[in-house]
Amino acid sequence: MAYAESAHGHDDHHDHTPGFFVRWFLSTNHKDIGTLYLVFSVIAALIGGGFSMWMRAELMHPGVSTMTLADGSPDGHFWNVVVTAHGLIMVFFVVMPALIGGFGNWIVPMMIGAPDMAFPRMNNISFWLLVPAFILLLGSAVIGGGAGTGWTIYPPLSAAGPGGHANMAVDMGIFALHLAGASSILGAVNFITTIFNMRAPGMTLHRMPLFVWSMLVTAFLLLLAVPVLGGAITMLLTDRNFGTSFFSPAGGGDPILFQHLFWFFGHPEVYIMILPAFGIVSHVISTFSRKPVFGYLAMAYAMVAIGFVGFIVWAHHMYTVGLDVNTRAYFTAATMVIAVPTGVKIFSWIATMWGGSITFETPMLWAIGFIFLFTLGGVTGVVLANAGVDLSLHDTYYVVAHFHYVLSLGAVFGIFCGMYYWMGKMSGRQYPEWAGKLHFWTTFVGVNILFFPQHFLGLQGMPRRIIDYAPEFAGWNYVSSMGAFMTGLSSLFFIGMMIWTLAKGRRVGDNYWGEGATTLEWTVSSPPPFHTFEEQPIIKEEQAH
Amino acid sequence: MAIAKQAARQAAVWGVAAVAGLWAAVSSGAVWAAAGRPTNWGMGLQDAASPTAQAIADLHDILLWVITLITLFVLGLLIYVVIRFNAKSNPTPSRTTHNTLIEVLWTGIPVLILVLLAIPSFKLLYFADTIEDADLTIKATGRQWYWVYEIPEQEYKGQKIGGFEFESRIKPASEIGPDDILQLSVDVPLNLPVSAKVRVLVTAGADDVLHNFAMPSLGLKLDAVPGRLNETWTLINPEYQGTRFFGQCSELCGKDHAYMPIEIRAVDDAKFLEWAAKAKAEYAEVDDTPARPAATRLAAVSN
Repeated sequence: MAYAESAHGHDDHHDHTPGFFVRWFLSTNHKDIGTLYLVFSVIAALIGGGFSMWMRAELMHPGVSTMTLADGSPDGHFWNVVVTAHGLIMVFFVVMPALIGGFGNWIVPMMIGAPDMAFPRMNNISFWLLVPAFILLLGSAVIGGGAGTGWTIYPPLSAAGPGGHANMAVDMGIFALHLAGASSILGAVNFITTIFNMRAPGMTLHRMPLFVWSMLVTAFLLLLAVPVLGGAITMLLTDRNFGTSFFSPAGGGDPILFQHLFWFFGHPEVYIMILPAFGIVSHVISTFSRKPVFGYLAMAYAMVAIGFVGFIVWAHHMYTVGLDVNTRAYFTAATMVIAVPTGVKIFSWIATMWGGSITFETPMLWAIGFIFLFTLGGVTGVVLANAGVDLSLHDTYYVVAHFHYVLSLGAVFGIFCGMYYWMGKMSGRQYPEWAGKLHFWTTFVGVNILFFPQHFLGLQGMPRRIIDYAPEFAGWNYVSSMGAFMTGLSSLFFIGMMIWTLAKGRRVGDNYWGEGATTLEWTVSSPPPFHTFEEQPIIKEEQAH
Repeated sequence: MAIAKQAARQAAVWGVAAVAGLWAAVSSGAVWAAAGRPTNWGMGLQDAASPTAQAIADLHDILLWVITLITLFVLGLLIYVVIRFNAKSNPTPSRTTHNTLIEVLWTGIPVLILVLLAIPSFKLLYFADTIEDADLTIKATGRQWYWVYEIPEQEYKGQKIGGFEFESRIKPASEIGPDDILQLSVDVPLNLPVSAKVRVLVTAGADDVLHNFAMPSLGLKLDAVPGRLNETWTLINPEYQGTRFFGQCSELCGKDHAYMPIEIRAVDDAKFLEWAAKAKAEYAEVDDTPARPAATRLAAVSN
């Protein structure tokens, strides 16, 4: 968005890099912490993605073949445990660490010309809280048979009473979310402070790159939404262990209250996962079109609008719980409103490409794929927004298809987009272009074979979260599983390629994408020096918006 | 370069054709649809057998048109931009970053489309909600992992019926007959008369977890919540007399969530009254077993 006027010499840096243990375990450097987050996310993705492969293998044919008890009968509880672990890992330990902790930490300070985050030690603890959180979460999937509640942890199934989970598994899951939540809140505080106080001279809010805008909005969403989840799961914890009955009708409580609290967090959460991807895609589209972003202010305020409206639509996840019809009418209308700022973003991206001089390096392929698939996932969201139509589609595979199109093909495409875009910047080495393209095309085809048929299954009435299905659903389930395996292989190829790149990739210079890449991270070396911006960059020239 | 351009254009044409073909297949999903049950390779909603299900299908048809056109429009724009504005076709990028008119249009037109969609959406929502003048009332109670159906004492077509409840469980694979569906058939199905406005009450046992009473072909889906009595309604269109309707619990409820199907048989009034009388004789004595104190208490609330 803005040019750095000072082209400072970064070749004469003397990096005082600390030793291995201090550097990686006591890190206060935003780039190292960003790297830790990215590595953490990849490891978690292997586990969470492994679970999804297992689920698709189980669903490939009718009947239960792999998830069985000793006597060969279906182990429905184990299935629920895998569903739960897959959801929680992907949301809290893959997408959020990669987009917010990883790219946010790495890129935001460089984009605003700051030497580091505002609170480097707090940044360190944000990351290290995630590790015990993840261990607790894995524990919750193993101990006492595991927590089979779904990522939504609805009581009474998640309560300790009859029919629920009497053992420790759910408590461990709650503590995992407490720690992951604390990590997110500290991270959000850090980002807000950094972005408000540490921008280089001349970088006004309205000259801030869109990725920084996206992180600012995301940080506010985290700050306002995550404490509500914390409250809800703490109430659940006391219900389970200390005799309260917030959510137990027998004691005057209400299980629906939990759903309201959960989704008051849960809906902003989905925007927390997608907004940073919006930011990344904006930069990539602009870079490879060799044009500034079209409608910069509209793009920034569309994200603010999405963030705001995201807080007042939560009950569209609860259309069938028995809400009053007028309440459902309100939530239908409010939910549809979100399509407007989202549409502004989609059209502005296309307008950014319009008139450009576009090249199709791997990050651009992911960005264009993102626009199309996010549109597809967005329009099925408009269908689901209608509380009346939701009578047919609620809790079916149509919903599964919808949220995987916006998350797995939206947020995750955003992660890949950012990986390919900044890989050279972060590591100093560039991935092989052919391999990136092969990864993109196999994933693009794979995920569509995986998720598109799930719309049909949902329309036909197949419920979510079932270990086995009627033979009538066999056809599309088989196709969907084939797509999953293709996607899985493609992801393993990606990890192999990244390891190869880190070891043997071609070395690249400061700005290997050329004239289109105008933000400040492209003015420093690749990889950037341990301490960026020893000379403070000054932003003078305002980009013609 | 010309060849590449032509190839790209051809690819675009094929892409559009493929999506259009897929859309045609989806929209004609009715070809595969059967009444009351899913069909292998089915792509659309199940056959609509109640006024609510029909209204849902009608709105879904409109929505499918709108979202398909929007998606194709975006895809078309992307393909055009990729062909027309790639580095070879357009070596010098423009610097345009504003166009007020187009920005107003792409904000205003979506608003207009959404307002137009909201009208039929609200109509459907209020239509599907509840009715005042039900001919018959039934109650479904979700329990881990079966359904309990209660026909409260009431008058139907001039006859006193009801005052009984019974359990309905999945039919084991060993008992599946030629007309049954594995996973979806139950041992004792609920019978309902066609052409009758049926008030459907849904709850879960007080010491149980959430369930969801769902019947796709009838447009029914309502959570079963302990301590709450949810209400909706249905009317099975007369041409579906004799049809067996299949649905499944649609809210995660523990290990056998996949194994608590719902089956409803649509019958005429005479058969329904006969069934109700027989069922009362068979199940009435089960009514006061202490195993289901919650169900009894809620019944008292609802009467």
